[in-house]
Amino acid sequence: MPDFQFESFADFLGMGGYAIYVWPVYIFFILFVVITVVPPMLGRKKLLRQLRARLARQDVEAGDDSEGNI
Amino acid sequence: MWQWLYKLGSPKWFYELGERMLPWLWGITLFLLAVGVVWGLGYAPPDYQMGDNYRIIYLHVPSAGLMKGCFYMMALCSAAVLIWKVKMADIVAKAIAPIGAMATLLMLASGSLWGIPTWGTWWIWDARLTSSLLQFFIYMGIIVLRSAFDSQDSAARACAVLTLVGVVNIPIIEYSVEWWNTLHQGASSLGMRDASANPPEIWIPAFFTGFGFIGLFFIGLILRSQNEILFRERRTQWVKEIIKREASHA
Repeated sequence: MPDFQFESFADFLGMGGYAIYVWPVYIFFILFVVITVVPPMLGRKKLLRQLRARLARQDVEAGDDSEGNI
Repeated sequence: MWQWLYKLGSPKWFYELGERMLPWLWGITLFLLAVGVVWGLGYAPPDYQMGDNYRIIYLHVPSAGLMKGCFYMMALCSAAVLIWKVKMADIVAKAIAPIGAMATLLMLASGSLWGIPTWGTWWIWDARLTSSLLQFFIYMGIIVLRSAFDSQDSAARACAVLTLVGVVNIPIIEYSVEWWNTLHQGASSLGMRDASANPPEIWIPAFFTGFGFIGLFFIGLILRSQNEILFRERRTQWVKEIIKREASHA
């Protein structure tokens, strides 16, 4: 295992003077990860809710038809 | 092999394969990304010229790779859409586009931030940067084009054609650093103990982030494709069963 390259945590945050360039990139990266996975996961929930409502509506309509046929 | 490809063309089979793969993909991907980021940020030695600023490269190079890989895969899917009218290929192509667009954006942003202290500028209209920006617009163009159609089949064909036209830009990006005199440098060589090449201490974290990006890509691809499958196959019995099963969980 290689050694930790910084003297202290403050030193680590300082990134050898390049903190304002390095950290935003890693923040963008976290955003990239979130945007890649979170919207489709929320989308699944929403889609299933819509499809469920649709299915329930169809079941009701099918039920009405069968009553009408009798 | 062919049988496997044939099965992959079945939405139901693709959906179920995704369900089985996702837990593994999540575990492997999070592990690779965590190790790569921690190692790249804290444990890799600073570059003798760029200092700690080069740590941006651990995300810049994988995002560039994803920009390229996503588009090649979209082009393969587009060919399958146009030649064999494979429904699943269109679903996958649609799922990849936003991932590729975001990867391109991350590549451009990380490159610009790296460029400020290294080149003294965040942007220059050289061949590599200009063709990369163009690639972002091609991704956006495909996404917008799809939304412009009411008919699913027309949208599939139009996007496939635009993707196959747009794919010529990928080798241009790739070789731009060799064909033209660009400010952007060519790829660095990797070596074990060769003085002119990057040593393993430098490039090993990049392997972790690189494979982590590939894992992330597949997670995004599966999640988006599954949603599209559920929607397009909503009238089939197997999707109705999933809807009912999920309802009992909620």
